[in-house]
Order: sequence, then C-alpha cells, then structure tokens
Amino acid sequence: MRGPVKRRLVQAAAALAGLVLGGTLAATVWAQQLVADLSSHLIAISTGFTGTEVVLFGTTDAAGDVAIVVTGPRGSAVVRRKQRVAGMWMNTDSARYDQVPSFYTVATSRPLDQLVGRPVLERHQLGLPYLQFTPDATLPPDDQTAFRAALLRNKQRQGLYAISMGQVSFLGERLFRTNIYFPANVPTGLYNVEALLIRDGDVVSAQTTPLVVSKIGFSAEVSDFARNRPITYGVAAVAGAIAAGWAAGAAFRRV
Amino acid sequence: MQVYLPIAEMSVNALLVLGMGWLVGFLSGMFGVGGGFLMTPLLIFIGVPPAIAVGTQANQLVAASVSGVLAHWRRGNVDVKLGVVMLGGGVVGTAVGVWIFGILQRLGQIDIAITLSYVFFLGTIGGMMLVESSRAILRRRAPTAKRGKLHRHIWLHGLPFKMRFQRSKLYISALLPAGIGAVGGMLVAIMGIGGGFLLVPAMIYLLNMPAGLVAGTSLFQIIFTTAAATLLQAATNQTVDAMLALLLLIGGVIGAQFGTRAGTRLRGETARMALSLIVVAVALKLAWDLFSRPDDLFTLTMGFS
Repeated sequence: MRGPVKRRLVQAAAALAGLVLGGTLAATVWAQQLVADLSSHLIAISTGFTGTEVVLFGTTDAAGDVAIVVTGPRGSAVVRRKQRVAGMWMNTDSARYDQVPSFYTVATSRPLDQLVGRPVLERHQLGLPYLQFTPDATLPPDDQTAFRAALLRNKQRQGLYAISMGQVSFLGERLFRTNIYFPANVPTGLYNVEALLIRDGDVVSAQTTPLVVSKIGFSAEVSDFARNRPITYGVAAVAGAIAAGWAAGAAFRRV
Repeated sequence: MQVYLPIAEMSVNALLVLGMGWLVGFLSGMFGVGGGFLMTPLLIFIGVPPAIAVGTQANQLVAASVSGVLAHWRRGNVDVKLGVVMLGGGVVGTAVGVWIFGILQRLGQIDIAITLSYVFFLGTIGGMMLVESSRAILRRRAPTAKRGKLHRHIWLHGLPFKMRFQRSKLYISALLPAGIGAVGGMLVAIMGIGGGFLLVPAMIYLLNMPAGLVAGTSLFQIIFTTAAATLLQAATNQTVDAMLALLLLIGGVIGAQFGTRAGTRLRGETARMALSLIVVAVALKLAWDLFSRPDDLFTLTMGFS
C-alpha cells in the first residue's frame, strides 16, 4: 500500500523541483521586475476532493498592472455537430482541434482591453477570444466560428474555462494576490501559471510557475491499478462483486 | 457526502448514488431484470461519462444478480439446466455483438445506434407486456370470460433438438432457450445491459415457463454475461470505476433483497404490468431526447495524445 504512494510523491516532488528551478532561472533573466509564487504547487486529489483554491501572490518592482494566466495540460479535442436527420438529432459533422488546453482561466488587476492592445493579447493568448488552436479539417469560415465557439461554450459549461475574468487585487502599490479556483472535475497533469507585468500597454516582465494536479491515496491506487494491470483489475472487480453479492445474500438469510 | 470517483474523474454525492443503487436493486430483485436499462440513463443523467456508466454498471449488476439468485435459489426458483443452455447461446451472442459494435464504431454512429436500439427494444417489449398484462388483469376481474388454451403451439415449438427441463416442466427444443440467450448476449455487448427486460418476457411468452422460475433463471444467466462484460470493459476500455461500482452495489444488494421479498407478494400479471410501465416510460424518455432539439447542438470530446 505504502510503496506506490511514496514513489508517486517522490516523482512528483522531483518533477516539481526541476520545474521550480527552471522557473527561477527564467525569472532572473527578467531582472526580477516581477516575483510571484503559489500557496501550493501540488493539488492532491484524494477520495474527498470537491475542488480547491490556490492563492497566487507576488510583488512588482514598481507600479504596474498584473495578469495571471492558468493553462492546463494540452490535448486534442473533437467537436461534433448534431443535425436533424429523419426527425432525429444525430452527429453529422465534426472538427478536431489540437493543443487545446484542458483548463484555462485569466485574472487581471484591471479589465484587459484597458491595459493592452490586440497584438499583445494575441501574442500572449490573453483571454478566451485569443486562445489559439487550429482545426485539422478545412471548414468554411462560418463553421470555423461556430465550432470554435462551441468548444469554448462546452468547456465553460464544464467549469474548466472561466466565464469571467478573475480579479487580481493589489495591497498597496507593489504587493498583489489572486485566488485561483479549481473545480472537482479538474483534469490531472502539469499546469502552467503565468504572471505578466504590464506597463504602458505592453508586457514588460513574465514569470512562469508550475503546478501539478495529481491523484493521491486510494484514488491514485485505483486508477493506477486500472491502467497498469487492466485484466487483473477486471478479475478483481468481478470477484469483489460476487463476494459482495454473496455476503449480502447470506446476511439477509439470517434476518 | 461527496466522494471522488477515480476513473470517472469527478465528484459525486455518495448518498445519491447509494439511493440509485438501492432503487435499481429493488426492481432487479422484484422483476428478475438486471436493471441496467435504468441505471445507464440515471448515471449519464448525473454526469458520469456514458462509456464509464456502461462499464461500471455491468460490474454492479454482477453483485446484484448474485444476491438476487441466492434469494431465488433458497426458494427453489432457479432452473439451472435451462439457464446453462441459455448461457451457451449467450456466449455466441456476445461474440457476435462485439463484432457488430466494432462495425458501428468504424461507421462513427455508435451513439445513435445504442439509443435507437434502446428505444426499439424497450418500446416494443414494454408495449407488448403492457397490452398482455392489462388483458390478463381484465380477465381476472371477469371470471366468466372463456379460458384460453393452456399451451399454444406455434412453429417455434416444432424445432429439433428437443430437451426435457424437469424443473420448468417443459419439453422443448434446446434451440429456443439458446436463441433467447444469444439475443440477450448481443444486447450485453451492444447496449451494455444485462438484458433481463428482454429475457424475462421471452421466457414467459416464448418458452411458457412457470412465472415463478423466470426471475431466478434469468438472473442466473445474467451473472455470467455481466461478469464477461465487466472483464471485457476493464481490459479493453478501462471504463470500470471500482469506487462507483462499490457505491452502486452496496445500495444494489440491499435493494435486491427487499425487491425479492416484495416480488413474492405480487401477482404475476401485476408485476408484469408495473415492469412494463417502467420500461415504456424509459423508452418514451429516450425517444423524446432523440427527437427534441438538444440545448446545445455541439458536443465536445477531449482526448490526450
């Protein structure tokens, strides 16, 4: 029981150490105009997990605005459209997108459109309209817009893409903080938390901090077992079910 | 109380899932149906991904069937010989079903095929049972009505390989129960259900089996088909959530015990009437979903590669 959990934690810690080191090096290049960190670099999904909040805090070298972008592990996504066929609604066409973040949220100290122009928003993929992922199929422009909008809408409904911008609050002129909320269905993997310092309509400094979302304890044991030894897992599931059914049957006979 | 499901990767209310398991277990014990046709839509309704709903409830059906069979066994309501013959057909049917599933998947229309087969099978069988059971209840109220023949002989009863099933007091072709088992096996593979809602009426109307033996015998057969389905789902798709199955089966095994007791107090036609009403209701709901405009015409599937 203990072995795999311990190994898992050690692996996660090693990965984190490397990433934090990388992040720190990147930060020094930026001459420490902006320093930010998270209250926790590991979100542990245990059996009682119902979502959690992580505090991001930091400081700037002088007055300025701050934007925080949280991006989950990227993967492919398929959007399917239903159309009426013989009275029934069935999937007719689809579009596949690559490099779609599984989670995406942005927090800013002031509304983004007051801070920077469109080219900067596009360059840093700031805000849902500027998030970049390209479809593999060539769709007509009308469909492009519809499928893209559908992808964002579905993600928002699942609570994985923020509906509104979060608020970064300043304590005085240089200290800032924001709360990042992760729902219970948060995908596992390596997250990127990017803090951007904005002055005079441009990004002058940036720092990236890693965040790991991982299952631990019983949840981790079960999903590891299911993934690594699927046949044994199936046999165990059937045996457990037979035993439970038998036990219940026997218990009720005496009543 | 919220519990995190490790395979479905979501958090659910434990009491809600326990309650759902109990309800489906109760119906399972009462009517001898697996209850999968109810559990799949219920699980999808609370947000469990369809593939995991199908894989996991196959697992919980194993427990519910074992517990249900034990209760029927003690009352001597299981015809093992007939069940084994049905199981023989069931194995062939499952293999054919997996093959058909593969073809539909390659055509990209597996979702609608599953929903359509639910609507078709549940609608047809539920409707037929509803008509038959209400007629039977009306006949009971009017005792002067002419009594029908005890056995109607149709072409099905003229098939070869006749076998004697002492327990059920039947002398019929072995092809008949094996064929019913084969269709049941196909449904396990394609729709991810035990197939009891099809087996029970088929055993009553096609085999003319004594009503008391039907529930126990169909449950006996369902243990093996659902166990095979669980293994297949876990090994190939990794869609069996042990945590979800545990919650469902705790509720399910308890519910099944109560259901079996309640079932013995019900008259055959009343039980069939109640079951047919539930089956028809589920069919209508699924048909409604198929024909009414969905809230969002677009759906999203994420995959990591």
